[in-house]
Amino acid sequence: MSDYILEMRHIVKEFSGVRALNDVNLKVKRGEIHALCGENGAGKSTLMNVLSGVYPFGTYTGDIVYNGEVVKNRNIKDSEKKGIVIIHQELALSPYLSIAENIFLGNEQMKMKGVIDWTRTRNEAQKMLEEVGLGGENLEAPVNSLGVGKQQLIEIAKALAKKVDLLILDEPTAALNDEESAQLLEIMLKLKSQGITSIIISHKLNEISYVADAITVIRDGQTIETLTKGVDDFSEDRIIKGMVGRELTNRYPERMDCPIGDVVMEVKDWNVYHPEDPDRQVLKNINIKVRSGEVVGLAGLMGAGRTELAMSIFGQQYGQKISGEIFMHGKPVKIRSVKDAIDNKIAYTSEDRKNYGLILFNDIKWNMSLAALRGFFSQNGIVDSNKEILEAEKYKELINIKSNSVHQAVGNLSGGNQQKVILAKWMLTEPDVLILDEPTRGIDVGAKYEIYCAINDLAKAGKAVIVISSEMPEILGTCDRTYVLNEGCIAGEIFKEDLSQERIMKCIMQHNNRKGE
Amino acid sequence: MEKKKTANLNLKQYGMVFAMLAIFIVFYILTGGVNATPMNMNNLIMQNSYVIILATGMLLCVLTGNVDLGVGSYVALCGAVAAKLIVENNMNIPLAFLITILVGVAFGAFNGFFIAYLNIPPFVVTLAGMLIGRGLTYTLLENKTVGPLPNAYVKVGAGFFATSKIDFGGGTLDIITILAAVIATVLVIGAELKNMKTQQKYGFAMAPAWQTGAKVAVTLAILWFFFFKIASYNGIPIILILMAVIVGIYHFITSKTVAGRQVYALGGNEKAARLSGIDTKKVFFWVYTNMGFLSAIAGIVLSARNASATPKAGDGFELDAIAACYIGGAAASGGIGTVIGAVIGAFVMGILNNGMFLIGLSTDLQKVVKGLVLLGAVTFDVLSSKKKN
Repeated sequence: MSDYILEMRHIVKEFSGVRALNDVNLKVKRGEIHALCGENGAGKSTLMNVLSGVYPFGTYTGDIVYNGEVVKNRNIKDSEKKGIVIIHQELALSPYLSIAENIFLGNEQMKMKGVIDWTRTRNEAQKMLEEVGLGGENLEAPVNSLGVGKQQLIEIAKALAKKVDLLILDEPTAALNDEESAQLLEIMLKLKSQGITSIIISHKLNEISYVADAITVIRDGQTIETLTKGVDDFSEDRIIKGMVGRELTNRYPERMDCPIGDVVMEVKDWNVYHPEDPDRQVLKNINIKVRSGEVVGLAGLMGAGRTELAMSIFGQQYGQKISGEIFMHGKPVKIRSVKDAIDNKIAYTSEDRKNYGLILFNDIKWNMSLAALRGFFSQNGIVDSNKEILEAEKYKELINIKSNSVHQAVGNLSGGNQQKVILAKWMLTEPDVLILDEPTRGIDVGAKYEIYCAINDLAKAGKAVIVISSEMPEILGTCDRTYVLNEGCIAGEIFKEDLSQERIMKCIMQHNNRKGE
Repeated sequence: MEKKKTANLNLKQYGMVFAMLAIFIVFYILTGGVNATPMNMNNLIMQNSYVIILATGMLLCVLTGNVDLGVGSYVALCGAVAAKLIVENNMNIPLAFLITILVGVAFGAFNGFFIAYLNIPPFVVTLAGMLIGRGLTYTLLENKTVGPLPNAYVKVGAGFFATSKIDFGGGTLDIITILAAVIATVLVIGAELKNMKTQQKYGFAMAPAWQTGAKVAVTLAILWFFFFKIASYNGIPIILILMAVIVGIYHFITSKTVAGRQVYALGGNEKAARLSGIDTKKVFFWVYTNMGFLSAIAGIVLSARNASATPKAGDGFELDAIAACYIGGAAASGGIGTVIGAVIGAFVMGILNNGMFLIGLSTDLQKVVKGLVLLGAVTFDVLSSKKKN
């Protein structure tokens, strides 16, 4: 058998005349972890869908050679039979079924046709769980009782149950925190030691340089280069150069001529309890303030309470028994609904743009005008649809949203452009404070840069900006001042001069220690 | 340099209009022209008016991603209340109508309260409403038909607007109807010109002239055909005026107002709508309260046309109204659909019903055909939007 488990040769795939893949070549060695890098829309996911049979044989041209023979997958079942399993970015678990049932979903262990063998299901599921380091979990528990990180591992267990030879992971760590990501990467390495080949698609370049043996870079539907560990430079800058086709000298644009002014918003003695459990305090005595022209970071581990803090400030959209005070420009205000928040010039963009931010089948202009409909776009309750188009076109230009027109459905846009639509939507409410929750999650390097530029412009215009981010470099690169949240408390406040990843982690550790005493 | 922007009309939007015309023509051939007689055209309006009124309200429920199953029962109940008050208590008609409408609104608000503020699924609440409403109707009417209703009442459902007839080609022609058609023509052309003017002013994309022209020509052709027919019958039915006003108001609300946009946003993505400052509970409440209001009007119209109130009235209307919305392009998952679409959907069903009746198809088979048309229309809709993506 050849050295290569998989060779994809001269793959061309068109969507109604548009070439999504244009002569892509990919060679994956047996037993390696191979990373696919590229900006959003470069064609990574399309390529993997061609491989796994989502796009069946005949809808593309070129050859897929797997284990030395040309394969013609008609559907996913075909490719799974050959040991090729793809784990998509969106989890494919059925939330209320048990862990064991999910592991064998679509691959049920049967006594006879159609009758499930529960004993074997449990035994095998236990083995798979141990493989992914979840041996301690209760097999009978519904899978949604686990966190996203563990659910991602269940997906891997599910793949293992299918006797996988080639595992494809599409953005496996996008929704995970650092700790969970690290765990997942360790499991990938462990699988590698057992001879399983993996292909990983990820935007987190530090993870890729850590885990991958080879990196293939795709840009605009074409293979640009393949880098090999030990031979080529694996640094993030080097990979980015391949992805964007130029050196991105500074990933965080500098903010200049941006004087920091008076305090715009201050939150005092903020206490919030869990929406379903009135005895569980989620946020304890939070005091934060943010000034005009200032970008303030909210750092912390997953579950520290950052989103909860933002949503509870934003019209009490999270939690119950909320106590504390909010001051806008020094005056106390009562904010009990999103409408109150908008009226008091607070804006919040959710970390989950598809579920909480956008109406995917509506067009750009409708999405942009939604939050400002009542005030800016209407008179006496009647919407000015001309103004709507004009403003949408203005913002499309202003923050460089790439689309044919403002009449295009946002569901067809890339993640970066969707995020820009949300940003425009909230800029149109003319806020004084913008809370941006994971503003660059899952979007490519180029679009990230543009979002950072937009943040700078907002600060320059005298707005107060709060950035919530799980990517520490992003906090370091964009924020003037950072609050570190840990277990619902402010663990520390760090100014730009002192800010470093180590300093943030130390802050969290010290806070944990103090609590321990 | 400003580049000239054009955008083709979305043909799919007009697909159902063509389907409606096609069905009409098929039955025209099958019935040897009977379905296009002035009397039958008049009947088409009278028979379908309440479904159209209900479909406008139902569209709002469908836009939220739900339906109201109780509509037929509210129609019966409201008809019964109005008939009872007038026939047995000799109440004056306007006051009785007002009370009837209040009863409808109260029933709607009752549903709305459970749906919006107690988070009970609309399917369940309105299923309960269906049972409660029907039961109350039977109780109120003591399982009997109440009637006959006075002429002034009946006029609402079966009367005509003032006429001024002249002799024309062996029959008569109502000048007032023709005048109304002229006014409607001016309005249609005026609206199109205004639209083009704003598009030009702001440099928005415009549809090619021939497409706009064709659209206006088809609209006017249907309009004149229809008005000419009713002019040679008995003039404008009162019910047509009522219907036009209701459709006009709700078309305006859904397409031009903040309130309408909020309904679309809620149906498109409830969580995103809430985080955009929309009081989604309030929207739900008013959508279902409104359904009660329109049911009351339909109840009055139906009892007027029948000149009596019966416990069985309105049976199955909710399904006709829901089907009209879906045939008219509304999405079952919410957020997509138009009032005009629902009206056309109702006419498609109405023309089909009427045509099948005229060719003497058994009522049993009529149901089968209606079911197949509903299934076919929605399947076509789903498949064609899938292709587009």
